[in-house]
Amino acid sequence: MNKPTHWDPQDVQLAIDELKDKPGALLPILHKIQDQLGYIPKESVPMIAKALQQTSAEIHGVISFYHHFRTTPSGNHVIQVCRAEACQARGSRQLESHIKNSLNIDYHGTTRDQEFTLEPVYCLGNCTNGPNIQINDKLEAEVTADKFDALKSQQTTYLVELT
Amino acid sequence: MTYNIYIPRDTAALANNADKVALLIEKEALQRNLDIHIIRNGSRGLFWLEPLVEVQTPLGRVGFGKVCLEDVGALFDAGFHLGKSEHKLHLGLTEEIPYLAKQQRLTFARAGVIDPVSLDDYAAHDGFKGLQKALNNTPQEIVSAVTDSGLRGRGGAAFPTGIKWQTVLDCPSEQKYIVCNADEGDSGSFADRLVMEADPFMLIEGMIIAGLAVGANQGYIYLRSEYPIAHQILNEAIETAYANNYLGQDIQASGKCFELEVRLGAGAYICGEETSLLESLEGKRGLVRAKPPLPAIEGLFGKPTVINNVLSLAAIPYILDKGAAAYANYGMGRSKGTLPFQLAGNVKQGGLIELAFGTSLNQLLEEFAGGTFTGRPMHAIQVGGPLGAYLPIEQWNTPLDYESFSAIQAVLGHGSIVVFDDSVDMLEQARFSMEFCVAESCGKCTPCRIGSVRGVEVIDKIRAGINPEKNTELLEDLCETMIHGSLCAMGGMTPFPVQSAFKHFAVESQNAGEQ
Repeated sequence: MNKPTHWDPQDVQLAIDELKDKPGALLPILHKIQDQLGYIPKESVPMIAKALQQTSAEIHGVISFYHHFRTTPSGNHVIQVCRAEACQARGSRQLESHIKNSLNIDYHGTTRDQEFTLEPVYCLGNCTNGPNIQINDKLEAEVTADKFDALKSQQTTYLVELT
Repeated sequence: MTYNIYIPRDTAALANNADKVALLIEKEALQRNLDIHIIRNGSRGLFWLEPLVEVQTPLGRVGFGKVCLEDVGALFDAGFHLGKSEHKLHLGLTEEIPYLAKQQRLTFARAGVIDPVSLDDYAAHDGFKGLQKALNNTPQEIVSAVTDSGLRGRGGAAFPTGIKWQTVLDCPSEQKYIVCNADEGDSGSFADRLVMEADPFMLIEGMIIAGLAVGANQGYIYLRSEYPIAHQILNEAIETAYANNYLGQDIQASGKCFELEVRLGAGAYICGEETSLLESLEGKRGLVRAKPPLPAIEGLFGKPTVINNVLSLAAIPYILDKGAAAYANYGMGRSKGTLPFQLAGNVKQGGLIELAFGTSLNQLLEEFAGGTFTGRPMHAIQVGGPLGAYLPIEQWNTPLDYESFSAIQAVLGHGSIVVFDDSVDMLEQARFSMEFCVAESCGKCTPCRIGSVRGVEVIDKIRAGINPEKNTELLEDLCETMIHGSLCAMGGMTPFPVQSAFKHFAVESQNAGEQ
């Protein structure tokens, strides 16, 4: 995933202007900003607050309430590991510790090379075929330690075309 | 001749490479000079077989599963496109697969059969018949049909849907709302997802009927952000419904209007609680509201609101089409109709099983599970999501209906069944229940916010063997406080799995503590 580290306030303003008149506009606005930039920059909070005639504290309160929203850029790839019961019943606890060891980070952490960010998730809705993880937007089922290692190296492998 | 080949576009199938399988089948057919037509259907709910590829034959659709990339060439060699039975993945006629044939599919009759975003396919399979009847009925007639069907909310609380609708109908207000709770966060449940990914028009039809029934012209589907495929399919279906005059102004030239929009949640389990969901839809933190006022009277933006689970709304078209009595004929006692049970966790054959209420857990496991995935004996079963009790083997003969489950301090909830084998550490499961509440509590009431943190600490002490008797007593006290003092089911039910782990699996807990 290519996530811009520099963002243009004008793009954020466009997203806000497009959605601000919807009833209950805040979540759609936050989703749009995060979809575009990969996170919600702190500096965009007063812009949103002004458009919705709310305080920055109120906007911040909403952003911090929801696990999905982040206020700092993630690594190049976000790995979500399902921690819920149906995956536990199929070995997700062992997988979880393998992943943490393999990446050498805990939940909410990012690897030093900025490749991977690790997040917990409580159910991805594929409870018959666990353990499940999601890498960026792609769900992966029946993940074993070996399968994870293979997936991980796929993410960091680049095809170089030689002509 | 054109061969029709069905390859699901459902989450479970996609996670097992259904898109790549479809590409490969297309490529292989091209090389072999075969004229094929690929239909991306929904899933039948037999998830251990996904991707379940089907081919149309004169006798019916023949299934092959689970199809992996490396199988595709051999499948063509074995004449799978003709429905031939040579290949080892051949399953026979899909409709005759026992797992499917033994079910009573009302709500899920179309799941996996149709292309989820084809309006023609939907209409050819009884789609919009309920709506046609509703358009010719008075609002009171529609509400009475729902009341008479005995339908109870499928989200977990099992409140009679008809009574909810009647309350909203009786509220004098210019603006009313229909809200669909699609924040299916319970681990082990995927029935809502299957509705939205396999048969989204059914949900749309149910919501339009709800709007006609109570006089609401705006609907919202509050969908969890963890379901991107459902989001995409719902949006495609809504767009098609608008283009064909099933949504918008003047629905099918009736003069009635209904607008519908999907809103995404943002990874908060608590937003499955209805009042928290409404707060979230309004653009706020998902803090639970105190009741009263009921959402039916003061709901979204303070207006009368019908808020129903996906499965409740999805049951509506059938009830209107076939009649309240046809629906009420299924089930037992006060649990009318069918419930899609969701068999998950450590089983070989996980999937969706729609049956009338009343089958016992044992029967369901014997007929459908096919044993455990790990091959070890089944040991504990959590029914009804993360707030549901763990049931020991002695309780597996309980009939699957709301009242029978209440009688053993368990909940049927949304119908999810998560199986654990005998390697499970029940004390660890109890700890996780509290830990989950720490992560997901909205923080509004003290028993839930603080109680769950204390719960984790006390269980850790018990596990470490620190004063286990006293601390177990303390934990019991804490559980009672949470049950009776919490504002909603999050804090009020988190103790259920904890208490059941201690009550029914006490020996293991002590052993684990001593280790």
